[in-house]
Amino acid sequence: MVRLLLTSLVLALSSPALAAETVTIYSGRNEKLVGPLLKKFTAKTGIEVKVRYGETPQLAATLMEEGEKTPADVFFAQDAGALGALAKAGRLQKLPQETLAKVDARFRSPQDVWVGTSGRARTVAYNTKKVKPDALPKSILGFTDAKWKGRLGWAPTNASFQAFVTTLRLLQGDEAATEWLQGIQANAPRVYKNNSAIIEALARGEIDAGFVNHYYLFSAKKNKADLPVANHFVAAGDPGALVNVAGVAILTGSKNVDAAKKLAAYLLDAEAQAYFARETYEFPLVSGVKTAEGLPALDKVGSPDLDLSKLDDLRGTVKLLQDTGVL
Amino acid sequence: MRRRAPVGLWVAGVAVAALALVPAVYLCVRAAEADAGAWGLLLRDRTWGLLGRTLGLAAAVTACAAVLSLPLAWLTARTDLPGRHLWTVLLCVPLAVPTFVSGYVLLAAFGVGGALEEPLTRWGLPVPHVYGFPGALLALTVSTYPYFFLALRAGLQSQDPAWLEGARSLGLTPVRAFFRITVPLLRPAFASGALLVGLYVLSDFGAVALVQYDAFSRAIYVQYEGAYDRSYAALLGLALVSVTVGVLALELWLRGRAGYHRSAKGAARASAPVRLGRWRVPALLLCGAVVAVGVGLPVGVLVYWGVRGLEVESGPLLGPAWSSVSASMLGAVAAVVGALPLAFLAVRYPSRLTVVLERVSYAGYALPPIVLALSLVFLGVQAVPFLYGTLAMLVLAYVVRFLPQAVGVVRASLLQLNPHLPEAAASLGQPPSGVLRRVTAPLLRPGLLAGAALVFLTAMKELPATLLLAPIGFETLATRVWAATAEGRFAEAAAPALVLMAVSTLGVGLLVSQEGRSSPG
Repeated sequence: MVRLLLTSLVLALSSPALAAETVTIYSGRNEKLVGPLLKKFTAKTGIEVKVRYGETPQLAATLMEEGEKTPADVFFAQDAGALGALAKAGRLQKLPQETLAKVDARFRSPQDVWVGTSGRARTVAYNTKKVKPDALPKSILGFTDAKWKGRLGWAPTNASFQAFVTTLRLLQGDEAATEWLQGIQANAPRVYKNNSAIIEALARGEIDAGFVNHYYLFSAKKNKADLPVANHFVAAGDPGALVNVAGVAILTGSKNVDAAKKLAAYLLDAEAQAYFARETYEFPLVSGVKTAEGLPALDKVGSPDLDLSKLDDLRGTVKLLQDTGVL
Repeated sequence: MRRRAPVGLWVAGVAVAALALVPAVYLCVRAAEADAGAWGLLLRDRTWGLLGRTLGLAAAVTACAAVLSLPLAWLTARTDLPGRHLWTVLLCVPLAVPTFVSGYVLLAAFGVGGALEEPLTRWGLPVPHVYGFPGALLALTVSTYPYFFLALRAGLQSQDPAWLEGARSLGLTPVRAFFRITVPLLRPAFASGALLVGLYVLSDFGAVALVQYDAFSRAIYVQYEGAYDRSYAALLGLALVSVTVGVLALELWLRGRAGYHRSAKGAARASAPVRLGRWRVPALLLCGAVVAVGVGLPVGVLVYWGVRGLEVESGPLLGPAWSSVSASMLGAVAAVVGALPLAFLAVRYPSRLTVVLERVSYAGYALPPIVLALSLVFLGVQAVPFLYGTLAMLVLAYVVRFLPQAVGVVRASLLQLNPHLPEAAASLGQPPSGVLRRVTAPLLRPGLLAGAALVFLTAMKELPATLLLAPIGFETLATRVWAATAEGRFAEAAAPALVLMAVSTLGVGLLVSQEGRSSPG
């Protein structure tokens, strides 16, 4: 037993000889989702792919610790805030213009160091047995009304919720954000760990409406098609209509820049974009690729005009959440 | 008997303690970058409130786990309880249940709209409130009591039966003898169990988040979840380290200076098991009830998910299982080996310095696992780049994270070992290596095995360090479970989670079966 263990240790210590061109990815996106796509990439280009999977914020923190010595070439992140934080720390390098140009300026870095690969909209999911669609407010601000008392659910520790609060602060100021948080607090919302937990609670009938990202409903419905839950999109331009992105960046410490650029380009290829739309129900960001059935077009959702890089400014948001007693 | 410890022991002890200090050093480096804003955030009333809530929870969980574990440890170690080896293994399994499963079970059973709501209301019984403090207490007690159980069991096994027999011959009833002799003699085991449980509760994020209890670790986690604010997170982390230091000092003060080994001549005999007689049925019921809640419910839920998703492809599991076992075994062996010099120094050569060295091993234990993982990334990149990205780095991370589990148990059994025995062997001409191999090691065996079992069980389900530090592409059962549940694919998580629990159980079973062989005496 001990000998076997030692052998496996030695094997792990001696790194395999470099074969063909390779690219190393830190992926905050799930293996089930990304794995098959990367296989296609390898088949197409002959570039070998090595991936470390993890949670986006934890990988971002790791990349910051690793600095220039990182073994990673590419960071594939679940949200723009993580990319913004790394850009601010000077860890990302410029992407080729032809890759950047495929995506609307709203969904990529103003410094050209990251680009969105798919869109994820904030929505209000509701229990269709308990709430009529026309009873739902057109703005996210409407949920502070007392008639929602005891009927709401949210996930204040969740990164995508915090990104929304940051949006609210950036668009309407800290005071408006405080007012909204206090208004929702007064309605005694139930607190959940994440978006999936909110969808489950809606299905159980624990709450009537909850603040989530649009695609969690679709993955829940994959398991159980007759779930009495639906998405409500607030009016275009509303802070509640924020579309955040998953995106890709090349690190300054990369030793395989060419392969990394090819990978970034591939993620914006029509094939990859259609794959995201089909498998994750996210919004494709390259024009000409169709959105999944049951979803409005991306420009109909009407994400407010905002530099998504700024979503990394979370200290202010977390303080606000704490001051209002939300966190 | 104040002698100087051998230099080699000092070197080994200082090296292990230095390794254990890595997280604290890392936090200091990052906290030094903190600006006034971060300090302002830290020194608010809210921080103290959080701290109070967290400490209250830690104290309550520790007390409950102790009360629950004492009878279980006694029944499996000292009585003729039928199938006590099997019970021992089963009673350890809750440590191997991944947090997402135990949390899900709690909410699925007791939550609003949960499985128990309807039957309970129909019988006119109140539905227990699982959110907030009671839920956190229940979830954490069920998932941490095995720390106590294993420590107490090892303590009971190494306890010299002559104490109890002496008390009985002086006319104490069995019950009074138990409470006046057996329990007080278990003080070191209680102390090591309490430290592990209490500090674990401080570090826990999963359970408190699930039942919506606002705790200190949650505040730290929020920073790493989305704030990318390393300096403020480091300040919070250092605050937690200071609390740990306080807890350790308190434990040291409570522990006192009593001796726990026999001092008379002669060797200890193995104790004869207590006959349970008509108490056998209630004893079995107690063990059965704990196992049903801690093991039966989670397995039931996993099987239910698995059956519902039978058509789901979860991929081959042999590779990940082997990865899990080899990494966890290496971690367990390394942690116990690392614990030995610290425990020896503190017990055999007690001085302020040796006690501090031993205590240092706990420095990072109350920190959320993600902080520990990042501190090892820091160490790897800055100090040992040739190890970074290899399995050795992951094993090192397991040692830093789980060292206290091994130190506590090893120390407790060392305390019960009469130092005159190895001394006698030495005086009879045994070289130091012979003393260690033929006297000390066999006598310490229960403690070493219990320590290894603890580290193995917890390393099997460890996540943040495994994800961030393992060689790229190194898949374990835990990362498989994580990959499936992160996207809410519970059916796909069932198979790897069940295999994880089965392999853990097997591993502990193997260790427990070693206990019986060549028992001291």
